[in-house]
Amino acid sequence: MKPAPFDYAKPSTLEEAFDLLEAHGEDARVVAGGQSLLATLNMRLSAPSILVDISGLEALRGISAGSNVLRIGALTTHTELIASEEAARAAPLLRKAAVHIAHPAIRNRGTFGGSLAHADPAAEYPACVVALDATLEISGRDGSRRVAAAEFFHGLYETDLKPGELLAAVEVPVLQDGFRSGFGEFARRAGDFAMSALAAHGRFDGDEVHDLRLVYAGVDIRPVRANRAEAVLAGKAITRELVAEARSRLAEDLNPTDDLQAGGATKLLLSGVLLERVLSDMAGAR
Amino acid sequence: MDPVREITVTVNGERLTARVEPRKSLVDFLREDVGLTGSHVGCEQGICGACTIRLDGTIVRGCLTLAVQADGAEVWTVEGLSDSAEIAALQEAFQERNALQCGYCTPGMLLTAAALLRDNAAPTRPQIREYLSGNYCRCTGYQAIVDAIESAASQMKGAGS
Amino acid sequence: MTDKSPLTLEDLPNSYIGRTIPRPNIRRLAEGRGTFTDDLTLPRMAHVAFLRSPYAHAEIKSIDTAQAETSPGVIRIVAGEEMSRYCTPWVGVLTHLKGLKSAPQFALAVGRVRWQGEPVVAVVAQSRAQAEDAVALVEVDYEPLPPVVDMETALAPETPVLHPELGDNLAFERVVEAGDVDAAFAEADAVAEEVLHFGRHTGVTLEPRVLVGDYNAGAGKLTVYMSTQSPHMMKNIFATHTGIDEDDVRVISKDVGGSFGIKIHTYPDDMATVALSVMLKRPVKFVADRLESFVSDIHARDHRVKAKIAVKDGKITAIEMDDLTGIGPYSVYPRTSAVECNQVLNLVGGPYDFANYRAVGRVVLQNKNIMCQYRAVGHPVAFGVTEALVDSAARAAGMDPAALRRNSVIPDDSYPYTAASGIKFEALSHQESLEKILKLMDYEGLRADQAKLRQEGVYRGIGLAAMIEVTNPSPMFYGVGGAHISARDGVTIRLDPTGGVTCATGVTEQGQGTEAVIAQIAASAIGVPIEKVRVVTGDTETTPYGGGTWASRGAGIAGEAALQAGRALRANILEVAGAMLQAEPDRLDIRNAAVVDADTGSERMTLADLGKTVYFRGNELPDGVSPELVATRHYSPRQFPFAFTNGVQACWLEVDPDTGFVKLLDFWVVEDCGTVINPQLVDEQIRGGVVQGIGAALYEHCIYDEDGNMRNATMADYLVPMAAEMPDITIEHVETPTGESVLGAKGVGEAGTAGAPAAVFNAINDAIGALGGKITAIPATPELILKALGKV
Repeated sequence: MKPAPFDYAKPSTLEEAFDLLEAHGEDARVVAGGQSLLATLNMRLSAPSILVDISGLEALRGISAGSNVLRIGALTTHTELIASEEAARAAPLLRKAAVHIAHPAIRNRGTFGGSLAHADPAAEYPACVVALDATLEISGRDGSRRVAAAEFFHGLYETDLKPGELLAAVEVPVLQDGFRSGFGEFARRAGDFAMSALAAHGRFDGDEVHDLRLVYAGVDIRPVRANRAEAVLAGKAITRELVAEARSRLAEDLNPTDDLQAGGATKLLLSGVLLERVLSDMAGAR
Repeated sequence: MDPVREITVTVNGERLTARVEPRKSLVDFLREDVGLTGSHVGCEQGICGACTIRLDGTIVRGCLTLAVQADGAEVWTVEGLSDSAEIAALQEAFQERNALQCGYCTPGMLLTAAALLRDNAAPTRPQIREYLSGNYCRCTGYQAIVDAIESAASQMKGAGS
Repeated sequence: MTDKSPLTLEDLPNSYIGRTIPRPNIRRLAEGRGTFTDDLTLPRMAHVAFLRSPYAHAEIKSIDTAQAETSPGVIRIVAGEEMSRYCTPWVGVLTHLKGLKSAPQFALAVGRVRWQGEPVVAVVAQSRAQAEDAVALVEVDYEPLPPVVDMETALAPETPVLHPELGDNLAFERVVEAGDVDAAFAEADAVAEEVLHFGRHTGVTLEPRVLVGDYNAGAGKLTVYMSTQSPHMMKNIFATHTGIDEDDVRVISKDVGGSFGIKIHTYPDDMATVALSVMLKRPVKFVADRLESFVSDIHARDHRVKAKIAVKDGKITAIEMDDLTGIGPYSVYPRTSAVECNQVLNLVGGPYDFANYRAVGRVVLQNKNIMCQYRAVGHPVAFGVTEALVDSAARAAGMDPAALRRNSVIPDDSYPYTAASGIKFEALSHQESLEKILKLMDYEGLRADQAKLRQEGVYRGIGLAAMIEVTNPSPMFYGVGGAHISARDGVTIRLDPTGGVTCATGVTEQGQGTEAVIAQIAASAIGVPIEKVRVVTGDTETTPYGGGTWASRGAGIAGEAALQAGRALRANILEVAGAMLQAEPDRLDIRNAAVVDADTGSERMTLADLGKTVYFRGNELPDGVSPELVATRHYSPRQFPFAFTNGVQACWLEVDPDTGFVKLLDFWVVEDCGTVINPQLVDEQIRGGVVQGIGAALYEHCIYDEDGNMRNATMADYLVPMAAEMPDITIEHVETPTGESVLGAKGVGEAGTAGAPAAVFNAINDAIGALGGKITAIPATPELILKALGKV
């Protein structure tokens, strides 16, 4: 199917972008890599009157690591993020997750910011930024504002972004001593959307785990933090029994809905397996 | 409302200017406006990989890129890479190993394979399979394609550097 | 034996039979320089898009096209009533399938829609995008009717009848009874029973269905460029239903981007496109987009089979089964949708020697997409049932599954053999093939590994599947029932004054290598290097009349025609050469495109020189010599309805019992397709077929909701096998040529798909049986396996 007709504009400054978004309001859609949006347009699932292509906005590009914060521009492609040694050192979780995203040709064009702003419930990055306690930098006509990742994802394809705003960058705390990340995912085939995925991040003190964040993708309308499972593990040494106890609490944390690949019960079970396997990997990684 | 935009694209080394509807995908533009029908359309959803082309040096889905987004860019398709002989070793290996049957997926496979070998001159079979995991082939069962890429890689290694 | 000299004397320079020759015609495809039908642009060509029914079952109350008519670029909008004046309806029945009934099917729905995806309105516009813009503006008022979705209740009295004029929803029923089934079960040492479900799936050709109708009103001629397997059959159908004289219809099939049985049926949107071209007197193109493909390309399988098996003294003695299948709202024209069920009844138990067989098959109508013949028609169901039963019987009898098969397959020395279902085998090699695969895979070694790994909590399984395949069909398949489908195929071979050879044939190239195989045979038969041979396919005006590509017939049927035509041309050439050289023709031979002295091999005259003399300087020929440098031969099998092949497949896989995920570790095939013409092409047909069969076993499923809507009709949601998950496949051969042809080749295009689902299914159950799990359906999704293990 071909998309319904639309107009196209490619602003070269943020101001121009805001002008366009203001002028067209709800009829405008922002496109960066377009790897999700263009597929939906090709199915005529939506029909915006204009696409505002932000890929020319230099302000949204680049990866830079300071001593405390890794800043990732929204237009960073999955391929750039996978290739970045700076990002791999400062936030190894992101590379672990990014290799699960689709396929090379998609990763070359799809962007980090686009994935977060699109907020597909089965996407990997939203869970990662919540697990990493990242901060999202949002630009608007009146300047920029910062939102904690945990506050950004409101629902199915819904975020904290207001009309006329753009996600500019993400700031991720640089990995500190003792912290480790783990990522696991079950998908029917390599590159398919996750049936369940787990992004985990925490500080290890010997065998004990602290500040643990367990964030699931693919099981709800947005990334879900497994608070009760985390509580079981908090400050304790990781043992098989303890992880099993944490797993048993997942049913209170997660309420997966059925989709085409599996029912909720299967997704819950797979989420439990991920918990065991990801934690085992993290505990074993020294 | 059916706006038209003027774009200038360098396709297979040839600079050309055209007027296109913003809604037109890059692969439809190449096929319908430029007459390069080697890139194929299999799903228009970014899943099948038959439309894979090279845009500014990296492979992309031609169905998930708009022609207007290619304004000012350099595009290479299977026809251009054939004429430049850049993918000759792969094509030779594909023919020798019968790594194509109907040939519909082949241009996308070849562009993907060429990108893989540029990143990794000696990929393992699992690495090849993983890299191709976004390119559908309904005829071969993939083994012949993996064989052909493996053999082209070793031949290119022998011939080059 | 002298008769077979071109085939067996491998030291001859031009004997290509049995050799791997890279396909000469694929470099252009590898350069993106093929011509697929969508690559064509004709002057004044318009594009059609269809409004399709969003309902599985509804009354069309009204259609309002007023707003759509004003949409930019619109040329014409047509609905069912008007279309029926340009394209008459068709009914998919054949007389040899007794009792088969179906209703008239229209190019665009008239009155009622009967499946989600049925075309209702056609919009022709200057571009496809504009046609779609207008489709979005067409308003149809539907009155939804209760849909018939579940085939299990399709025949219940309270279920609505899809076509009131048919009386009920039963399209076809057949019963087979042989031997004394009840006695065999009563006397059995062990009995096993299964209820098995085979998911509905579809072909997913990477190139969607596509055609360009081009009616030239001045000439009164219709040319249809179409991605099809059967140009001559489509020519007949287009003529019959548009009213154009069949001799004025030409069908041209350029490169075909995969077919697998999808591109051999009468689709309403294809028919409408051709009728629109006639109506508008200009070319009209239709390309199914992927979303349309899923709800309009034929689906297949969707069988529920209840079956049981008896074992006595370590050998299979009886099978009883009941097959139910839902085929959508119409039997598809002209091949019908009763054939798959009919095949299942014919083929169940096929590899085994037993006399007692009872089978009931019922084919019911329902409000889902149409179903018809897709690669390996009926075979995956038949061997899915048979091989599941054999494994269950082995468990029940406390036997090793390989041992039960060894005891039960039809012995290699018992041919010709008539099976309990009535099918006839000329000569097969089950015993040799089974022994070969057990050795190839190191069956005993795998069993030992399996036992050892199980101690470590690793669950691996071995699945065996013996199978047979219907190939080289005779007229008994379709023609006998009244279908205008040629079982015969021909090859015309011509020598030009360049010394070049051109072969034209009615079979078509879909990527399987027809053109290479015909070239190999022709070059061998004549005695020319293969580089001198060109092959023309896919044009009803330039190729001999024939059936095209289906039922694994190309190599076996057109191959034999090529051999005979090549030999005839060779004889013609030698006759002329004898006259010119004043030698006895039988003292001459043709080698490397030259006439040579048969005894010494010394060159007497090149074929190019001979051709130049014949064509340009005929005055030099002796009186009375009338050279014919063209020969045509046709072939159709007659002694046996089909040339059956046989094979065994084996799968080695691991199931993760925590997740239900399956990892394919290894796969083996031993196949007997008679004379192997090109080993590489044969093996690649098998590999591709196996992977499609793995798709059926693990991934592919058209999922419908209770309202009759297909829920996963996108490529993202309908899963097919991809490179990362597929195994390498090891293949060996046994060669039992068919004696019906000189060539001895049987078909191989569907063997992989026929056996692989059973091998994977059995391997999964072999792996999870130790945990008390057992699956009874495919595709075996992780969830299905987890359920079988009682985990969800």
